[in-house]
Amino acid sequence: MSAVIEGRDGVWEYAIGLEVHAQVASAAKLFSGAPTAFGAEPNAQVSLVDAAMPGMLPVINRVCVEQAVRTGLGFGGNIARYSVFDRKNYFYPDLPQGYQISQYSDPVVVGGTVEIPGRTVQITRLHLEQDAGKSIHDRDPDRTLIDLNRSGVALMEIVSEPDMRGPEEAAAFLTRLRALLRWLGTCDGNMQEGSLRCDANVSVRKPGAELGTRTEIKNLNSIRFLREAIEYEGRRQVEVIESGGKIRQETRLFDPDRGETRAMRTKEDAHDYRYFPDPDLLPLELDEAFIEDIRASMPELPEARRARFVEQLGLSDYDADLLTAERARADYFEAAAEGRDAKQAANWVAGELLGRLNKEGLDIEAAPIPAAGLGELIALVADGTLSGRMGREAFEAMWETGRPAAAIVEERGLKQISDTGALESLVDELLAREADKAAEYRAGRTKLLGFFVGQAMKATGGKANPKVVNELLRSKLEE
Amino acid sequence: MRRLGIADIRAGLADGDFSAVELVEDRLAALEGAGALNAVVTPMPDRALEAARAADRRRAAGEPALPLDGVPVAVKDLFCTEGVRTTASSAMLEGFVPPYESTVTADLIAAGAALAAKTNLDEFAMGSSTVTSHFGPAVNPWKAKGDARPRAPGGSSGGSAALVAASVVPAALGTDTGGSIRQPAAFCGIVGLKPTYGRCSRWGIVAFASSLDQAGPMTRSVRDAAILLAAMAGHDPKDSTSAQQPVPDFEAALGGGVRGLRIGVPREYRVDGMPDALDALWQEGARWLKEAGAEIVDIPLPHTHYALPAYYIVAPAEASSNLARYDGVRYGLRASADAIEEQYARTRRAGFGAEVRRRVLIGTYVLSAGYYDAYYTKAQRVRRLIARDFEQAFETVDAVLTPTAPTAAFALGEKMDDPIAMYLNDVFTVPASLAGLPAVSLPAGLDADGLPLGLQLIGRPFDEETVLRAAEALEAAAGFDAEPEFVL
Amino acid sequence: MALDRATVERIAALARIEIADDEADALAAELGAILGWVETLNEVNTEDIAPMTSVGGHRLPWRGDKVDDGGYPDRILANAPDAAGAFFAVPRVVE
Ligand SMILES: [Mg+2]
Ligand SMILES: [Zn+2]
Repeated sequence: MSAVIEGRDGVWEYAIGLEVHAQVASAAKLFSGAPTAFGAEPNAQVSLVDAAMPGMLPVINRVCVEQAVRTGLGFGGNIARYSVFDRKNYFYPDLPQGYQISQYSDPVVVGGTVEIPGRTVQITRLHLEQDAGKSIHDRDPDRTLIDLNRSGVALMEIVSEPDMRGPEEAAAFLTRLRALLRWLGTCDGNMQEGSLRCDANVSVRKPGAELGTRTEIKNLNSIRFLREAIEYEGRRQVEVIESGGKIRQETRLFDPDRGETRAMRTKEDAHDYRYFPDPDLLPLELDEAFIEDIRASMPELPEARRARFVEQLGLSDYDADLLTAERARADYFEAAAEGRDAKQAANWVAGELLGRLNKEGLDIEAAPIPAAGLGELIALVADGTLSGRMGREAFEAMWETGRPAAAIVEERGLKQISDTGALESLVDELLAREADKAAEYRAGRTKLLGFFVGQAMKATGGKANPKVVNELLRSKLEE
Repeated sequence: MRRLGIADIRAGLADGDFSAVELVEDRLAALEGAGALNAVVTPMPDRALEAARAADRRRAAGEPALPLDGVPVAVKDLFCTEGVRTTASSAMLEGFVPPYESTVTADLIAAGAALAAKTNLDEFAMGSSTVTSHFGPAVNPWKAKGDARPRAPGGSSGGSAALVAASVVPAALGTDTGGSIRQPAAFCGIVGLKPTYGRCSRWGIVAFASSLDQAGPMTRSVRDAAILLAAMAGHDPKDSTSAQQPVPDFEAALGGGVRGLRIGVPREYRVDGMPDALDALWQEGARWLKEAGAEIVDIPLPHTHYALPAYYIVAPAEASSNLARYDGVRYGLRASADAIEEQYARTRRAGFGAEVRRRVLIGTYVLSAGYYDAYYTKAQRVRRLIARDFEQAFETVDAVLTPTAPTAAFALGEKMDDPIAMYLNDVFTVPASLAGLPAVSLPAGLDADGLPLGLQLIGRPFDEETVLRAAEALEAAAGFDAEPEFVL
Repeated sequence: MALDRATVERIAALARIEIADDEADALAAELGAILGWVETLNEVNTEDIAPMTSVGGHRLPWRGDKVDDGGYPDRILANAPDAAGAFFAVPRVVE
């Protein structure tokens, strides 16, 4: 999947590392008891601590630490038994303390990996930090307005190595990471609401050469923008270099309307953050018991579940991927497949159900057919009570009415006739009525079989079990 | 009623000698007459009278008295008080009215105290004279014989010290980062106790240096310090650095005497240029304790000489970050400007006085890229060595006796030109601050000019009891009953 | 440690404190003197001595994930030098 850039003098390859800011799924903020819910009235979710009133002090939220550790275990990182909260000092109107409490020298998680098709991406680190407030520049002609509702919300900053070799790999990484966070329940992954934000460090080089100078593209709030921004930035850098220029290490912004990145105006001194350990806090020391409790409560991870679906349930790689893209999906599938044929269940969930959900733009949590209900339908098809076509008809009815399969089958008389006795007399009548055609068949025009089957189905309003009808006709025509 | 201490007030109310309202009205009148001390930033008569009435009501209703019923207490204007402006004696916070009450003052209110006034201090507690206050210097009630010049009360808790020394109130709250309770206590001839770091909550106290700041009592007797400390101390879940330590009955620890205690006398505190009177008083203090049954041990505290320079890196570094929130955006002063960067620079220039600006700049420098390790990390390493000196000393002694300050109160205007000369005021108090240890200063005598001199006792972490016991013994032996020129 | 004017100006900019041209040199001398004095620490051998960043031996305490604060924008904005509705307001920041 690795992509190259065709330059004037040969091809260039990308080296992309991502910095992902994921809002920790927690009710309260990282260091205060104020709520984190999205979309409240301005400054309605702000405590005295979040507003940095004089003399206010931080006290850390245990669940935020647990979520960071859970996430670290999820991508196989090392959980630091000892980590430190530092102050990152800088001035900005939506940064009330004049510093962000973050983790600099000793983050809570070190290392780990995320698998993408064709590559293993190394995670450098995960650390906990405070979000800032929101500056609104477009509401007042000559003032910037400040809302501190986000101030102090817990973020996990997850940093990758520059392992990705193109926009598609970067997109795949972010997609997989997002799915993992949602799978673990440590971040809702909502990019529109800003609970997942991404910065991309992009550089280009001749294959095999040293890493080139990187630029950092900030605040890419959709996977599409991530792709487009990297695409553009790679080409821009190649053009600069090939026309004899140098890449400046700088921060750039992506303009979705223009599809371009442009350098951000930053003050020269802006980057002396004067990190030092926050004297209002103590080092964060985690003991084995704390970490083991979290490890014990971990759900089966997507990779493992995908493998199990292929090896134990015999699903295709394609279906397994599809069904483990989201934890809710995999849970639904396993519930529906409970006691049924897994492959058939996979076809129904991956085919009918996901197809219909897509069409309606619904999440699987909102499916009007419960997993157990779909399971019953699958059973009715498996035991021949319903033909495939009847099954699909019943599925539609279940979706519309939300009634169970058995009831639908009753109400609509969707019962396939497989009873040989009943069908035999029907076949006899048919052969008697169409004696000359029967004769032609026996004389060798065997393709007339289709005609007889069609007639039989017609006579039963399509309820006859075509397999049984087939057998009966053959035996009678060839006796 | 002016000489009454906390214990006397408790007894007087119990015996019905006076009502809480009578007492508080009398002391509020004294406060009004104390203008010459410039010790008050904001009086709180309504709060005080309300508390006094409540105390009298409780007594009338036969309810059990609260430990500080009717006790007028002055509060350093660094403690945030709900609905009462809190300034840190800085133009930056002039007019700031906190919508919250600091944990310590809330505890005092709950204990029945009548918080009577917010007192003057060095701006943001940065100083040893209360001269850097935006509201002008507080004045020491003591004067030197034959010298009419007003003297500095020390600092930064100078307003609190002056009011207690002048008998305007029996007790006051101070905060101590490098000596800001103990040095003014020594300059004003009163008792000042800096508890162990973490003993009293920092929540709601305007921060100077978070790893050093600690609130403490300022009183005229060791017993009163014990009573006030009992009401202030305790674990606060809102302060991550607050210790989960049981709070002993400090008052009950008194009267135990010092028999069998080992008291260390650190040779490194005998600095050149130390006034003879001070050196003599220090030796006399040791003799008093010996006569009271303690064993005096000469001990080394080898890194003492480096405590002050280490402090003047660590404290400004923390301050430079703690004071970053004063940006004119959410509260306090805002200088007008049409661009935000301009607004920051002008606001912080106009809002901070020279000493605060100096320390913020020093702190910014020692944390900046390329200098962090050479200054900040180095200072924190030295800080550990200083803490270790004490740990080793406390393997052989129970408390350490030193002078509190290298000189008696200086005249206003002295030492103003040279910051380092001013910093040297804290040479004896800073080591215990860096190590987070409890330390008390008590008045032990007068120098030739009739100015009070203080001795300091330093104890093991969370062993305020031993510190208070030894201080009580010294207090008894010293029999310090001199009064300043200015009393009310 | 002698401090030059440029350094003082850089530090003042970092600290967001305006300094007048005519005071920069005096400030440089003053701060330089203090830094020179604190550099006596270099006399101390601190090899393998861990920096002491916090006092007190107890562990970092934590709170439960309980919403028990916020919901009082009026108190948050009560001291605001400038506000627009429930927002704080500052001079326009150009991004
Ligand atoms: Mg970043
Ligand atoms: Zn970050």
